[in-house]
Amino acid sequence: MSTTLTATEAAAPAKRAEYKVTFARVVRSEWSKFLSLRSTWITLAVAALLLVGIGIMGAYRYDPTALRGPSADAHDAVTIALRSTELAQLALGVLGVLATAGEYTTGLIRSTLAAVPKRLPVLGAKVLVYFGVVLVVATAGAFLSFLGGEPFLHGKAIALTLSSSGVLRCLFGAGLYLALIAVLGAALGMLVRSVAGGISLLVVLLMLLPVFLDILPSSWKPDVSPYLPGLEGGAGGSIIALHQESGTLSPGAGLAVLCAWVVAALIGAAYRLLRSDS
Amino acid sequence: MIELQHLVKRYGDKTAVDDLHFTVKPGVVTGFLGPNGAGKSTTMRMILGLDAPTSGSVTVNGKRYSQHAAPLQEVGALLEARSIHPGRSAYNHLLALALTHGIPRRRVDEVIELTGLAKVAKKRAGAFSLGMGQRLGIAAALLGDPQTIMLDEPVNGLDPEGVLWIRTLLTDLAEQGRTVFVSSHLMSEMALTATNLVIIGRGRLMADTTVAGFIDQAGGDSVKVVSADSARLRELLLGPDVTVTGEAGSETLAVSGLSARQIGQTAADAGIAVFELTPQAVSLEEAFMTLTGDTVEYRSNAGSASHAGAPEGSVAA
Ligand SMILES: Nc1ncnc2c1ncn2[C@@H]1O[C@H](COP(=O)(O)OP(=O)(O)O)[C@@H](O)[C@H]1O
Ligand SMILES: [Mg+2]
Repeated sequence: MSTTLTATEAAAPAKRAEYKVTFARVVRSEWSKFLSLRSTWITLAVAALLLVGIGIMGAYRYDPTALRGPSADAHDAVTIALRSTELAQLALGVLGVLATAGEYTTGLIRSTLAAVPKRLPVLGAKVLVYFGVVLVVATAGAFLSFLGGEPFLHGKAIALTLSSSGVLRCLFGAGLYLALIAVLGAALGMLVRSVAGGISLLVVLLMLLPVFLDILPSSWKPDVSPYLPGLEGGAGGSIIALHQESGTLSPGAGLAVLCAWVVAALIGAAYRLLRSDS
Repeated sequence: MIELQHLVKRYGDKTAVDDLHFTVKPGVVTGFLGPNGAGKSTTMRMILGLDAPTSGSVTVNGKRYSQHAAPLQEVGALLEARSIHPGRSAYNHLLALALTHGIPRRRVDEVIELTGLAKVAKKRAGAFSLGMGQRLGIAAALLGDPQTIMLDEPVNGLDPEGVLWIRTLLTDLAEQGRTVFVSSHLMSEMALTATNLVIIGRGRLMADTTVAGFIDQAGGDSVKVVSADSARLRELLLGPDVTVTGEAGSETLAVSGLSARQIGQTAADAGIAVFELTPQAVSLEEAFMTLTGDTVEYRSNAGSASHAGAPEGSVAA
């Protein structure tokens, strides 16, 4: 077999190359994995479309005389532009879950960990890649959503421009919030090793817990709600809101609380990654 | 070189690997044989550090697998379970692995060429046949130009051409001085490829031997000779490494250590009429099943307990 001969000659021990695993290389590998899957592109595109499309649509359909509906409780142009964060966070959280849990459901994790048996660099690299990508895409999306809606709100009472106080903070905040949600998804996916399980956990944390609080004694809600990670009265909401509602955290405190959630999930993920058989 | 030291793996109260202690040496193909459920795949996952041993330890080229700076250069492995994302192309799968080690793209192209995947390298791996998937797994195993190659049931799903290709590949790799460790549940397959043989049953070491040694132990290859003068023929055939058995007065002899051709020639030279001359190949599969027979896993389907290592496709060697 001539092919065997040539290739094994090329692999002759005498001229063996010096290979080495480094963190930078693991990041490059994860980046290449990210680029080479159609599903990640689709999920990312869907998230971006939701973010921009719903934002601009909200501005287009804004009706200052409405008594009910989205227009009625939109106090400012930023709220309208970033209302789409609620949906985009699901797509981006799922993106994060797929990045990690997807490796377990397909079995790819065995190849990955055979190449990087120290394991933690894999989690670190995934976090870096997904945080970076989503930060860029979601921040761009938030700005496009705001800028695209601006012409429709021009001259109305709630209109704002990029230079209005707090607007930049909100738009960057939305990008940061969504990037952290993608990381949260990745951590949860690695923790439960199942796509369905990871998505469920994410939905519970971001959307169901605030609802669940309503059934608990009403005195609990003000104490607990601001410390939940999500948008609805939670830490995420504090990060992207132009004006803080009473009883919610400041943007900085909100960010700190969200980061604490993400770090806790990452610690759990790292523990499971290191301790359990693959 | 793979060294297992009293390796044990329990899943709950199920002991999958029970005190395995042996060394896989470089320069030869070592067959890792055992019925389904014997613990071969579990052992191989522990060698790669994917599963943690309950007790004992295993080292590759002197270190725990995870302690190597370039693990893919130490051990290239094909695991039993699919370890590929179906949505990624073969090329991109290999590239992602290569990037972790700084292995150049040139080498990715090389292993794709070597495993015959060039035509499908840009296709989604999910669309691959079982055989193509095996080839991709082997390409990944060879990627780091490893000193040790470990393949879990590599011929599964391969066509006859592919099976032949694997045998040649394994022999070539061993000849280059590499450690080659290959599992199978078929003795016949191992007899054709392996030099050394590690046999396990229900997680326990049954034999750490060579294929030749195993054949000897199992009775060796013998030739049945029916002749006109078996007493005289016996005298003529006997010599070092040759054993002749047969009942006194019977026309039939069993000869081991000589080929049918040599026996026929000897008889003809001596003018002894030969009525029958039949090589008696020992059924290695049978010998293997005898050895592991009482250790095979019984299927839990109550009543119809059947041997897991039963002779589906078993061939007398
Ligand atoms: N992750 C696991 N959890 C529980 N039992 C397992 C696991 N992996 C393997 N086993 C059990 O361990 C035994 C050995 O399995 P395996 O190593 O796959 O055998 P082989 O590869 O020799 O066919 C089997 O009884 C199998 O059911
Ligand atoms: Mg197996």
